[in-house]
Amino acid sequence: MLRRTLITAAVAIALAPAASFAQDRFITVASTTSTMDSGLFGHILPIFEGKTGIKVRVVAQGTGQALDTGRRGDADVLFVHARAQELKFVEEGYSTKRLPVMYNDFVVVGPKADPAGVGGTKDVAAAFKAIAEKKIPFVSRGDKSGTHLAEVALWKVAGLDLAAVRGEWYREVGQGMGAALNTAGAMGAYTLSDRATWIAFKNKGELTISVEGDKRLFNQYGVMLVNPAKFPSVKAADGQAFVDWLVSKEGQDAIAGYKIQGQQLFFPNAGDPNA
Amino acid sequence: MRATTSILPLSLDGVALEIDGRLLLAVERAEIRKGRRTVVLGPNGAGKTLFLKLCHGLIRPTAGRIAFAGDHADRRHAMVFQKPVMLRRSVEANLTHALGLAGLGFFERRRRATEVLATFGLADLARRPARVLSGGEQQRLAIARAASVDPELLFLDEPASALDPSATRRIEDLLGELHAGGLTWVMTTHDLAQARRLADDVLFFHGGRLLEAAPAETFFTAPGTEEARAFLESRLFW
Amino acid sequence: MNGADVPTTILRSLAGFADPAFLGIVLLSLKVTLSAVGLAGLVGFPLGAALALGRFPGRGLVIVVVNAFMGLPPVVAGLAVFLLLSRSGPFGGLGLLFTPGAMMVAQFVLVLPIIVALTRQTIEDLWIEYRDQLTSMGADRLRAIPTLLWDARFSLVTTLLAGLGRASAEVGAILIVGGNIAGFTRTMTTAIALETSKGDLPLALGLGAVLMTLTFTINGLAFSVSRLGARYAG
Repeated sequence: MLRRTLITAAVAIALAPAASFAQDRFITVASTTSTMDSGLFGHILPIFEGKTGIKVRVVAQGTGQALDTGRRGDADVLFVHARAQELKFVEEGYSTKRLPVMYNDFVVVGPKADPAGVGGTKDVAAAFKAIAEKKIPFVSRGDKSGTHLAEVALWKVAGLDLAAVRGEWYREVGQGMGAALNTAGAMGAYTLSDRATWIAFKNKGELTISVEGDKRLFNQYGVMLVNPAKFPSVKAADGQAFVDWLVSKEGQDAIAGYKIQGQQLFFPNAGDPNA
Repeated sequence: MRATTSILPLSLDGVALEIDGRLLLAVERAEIRKGRRTVVLGPNGAGKTLFLKLCHGLIRPTAGRIAFAGDHADRRHAMVFQKPVMLRRSVEANLTHALGLAGLGFFERRRRATEVLATFGLADLARRPARVLSGGEQQRLAIARAASVDPELLFLDEPASALDPSATRRIEDLLGELHAGGLTWVMTTHDLAQARRLADDVLFFHGGRLLEAAPAETFFTAPGTEEARAFLESRLFW
Repeated sequence: MNGADVPTTILRSLAGFADPAFLGIVLLSLKVTLSAVGLAGLVGFPLGAALALGRFPGRGLVIVVVNAFMGLPPVVAGLAVFLLLSRSGPFGGLGLLFTPGAMMVAQFVLVLPIIVALTRQTIEDLWIEYRDQLTSMGADRLRAIPTLLWDARFSLVTTLLAGLGRASAEVGAILIVGGNIAGFTRTMTTAIALETSKGDLPLALGLGAVLMTLTFTINGLAFSVSRLGARYAG
């Protein structure tokens, strides 16, 4: 009889979890690795969830993948950082409105030894040019994320045709920001990172900030509700509540309140019509 | 379970088994008669086991006819293999499993198993895992399991070949009781003394051929072939 | 990473079992993996046995395919499940994507071929030993299946463990279909991947140590149980 009991128990254990994933009130947000890896969501989401009772499930992807997740109808809200792509997303009808939420900036991170000799400069174009000319290793995200798109744009700003100048020194890792930083550290390479991920990153090792403060390193985040007219499965009301909260005074204050080692990581600018 | 009409005699006519052009067994004529203790005798490799498997229906002959007298004979003969497979469960479960396969219902199975355990002196071992029994106990369980479905005819392939003399003795006594209870059995052995003790009829095989089929007294006193004489005088080489 | 930190952090992670968030990750990992492997067993054992005993045209091809799927790359399985479960896919209506259910499905897909293939081999070998006996007792191939599965149970535990190993070590598939959502679909392996990308290598190592400990424990338990059982049942 013990044997039969054991079998019954085994079957019950196998089947029980399938039933026990209770479906409470939640929305799915596709966002970027930078907001996740930097710890921003860990700070602001409990505030929102406590206030509304709506659970926010964040899937952290590159911006390109997050937009694709939205296009498939697999997320309710997108929270990403690639303005041109976001506007295109709205234009295609996948969302009805994009709202600016906050910004931070990108920094060029590189080895302390500074083989490209760009340390301390504010001119990101000159720095990129120097790296390309000296063929110093550079790690690119290579994953169509917001940071990757920004980096590709910066090569253009520097007056370089990436396709023509790229060589063995230009290394695409096809992974998230943290993974790219780990790789850059291990290879003594430069890379472009959002400041928030960089500050929160714990494996800095021999890496340091080489270039910062250039206006062209500005990094804007926007939020969009996926169009419920396209995907009836989108939780329009709860998703809209999250969007509204992010751009409300309370949401903006929560973003401004996230600090690591006394440094503010993101700067709310929901009111800026040009952002 | 026992039907009114007997499945015996079992008769074989021009039976041959040929695999890949090699003749493995040939039986011109043979008959297993009701109530007779038939011993299949012969040296190793003579074809004794093949003969049992053919009769039991595990192998189809490539030529000839193997016919039981009655209808629906399939369920009414059973076999004990030389190395019987002990199912990886208790002694009792080995019996209930066989009875279940024979078509008995849940409760009937259990009732019958208890009965058989008592009859075969296995009651004390009922809960023991079958695989940890001694060789003699395993053989007894194998016979009990085959006999539990109440067959009219039982085939036994060297049932005592791996046992010590006292365990062999117990098996022989058991076979005597089964016979007295109305069961007809056919047993292979290469042990002459055992054959002399048990046989009513003898089928003598050599080199894949049935050479002699005779009542025991005739076979042991006046064998009809040179091979049989050689075997009886233990000078047959194989 | 400061080398001296590592042992401390591993200890901290092990002690972190008391932390509800961490405990949640461990429990979710166990839940997803054990249910996926359990279900794969329920389906895979009979399938494997049927494949061992069945005689049908194309059987050889099926065996080759199943064997090949033992090496199915997790990301490919993940991608396939993702496309099936996406709102734009055929099973989008279930709303399973980015849930533990989706991770279970993905791991089920990964584990099933292993269980079917290994079960087929085990049962085929056992059938050689049992064939005459069971046929004599009146069992046809179909009725032999439960008998063979039960008698092979101690070998089949090892089969389950092989499936468990694949499922618990896997990150590619569940990352794609689960989304590594904190507190919801974050498991041991996706948490390790995340902490590595955050550069918190000591914590990632600590999580790895916990995962290894769990794996050792489960394997040790299963081994002892099946050893004891095998000794008892012979």
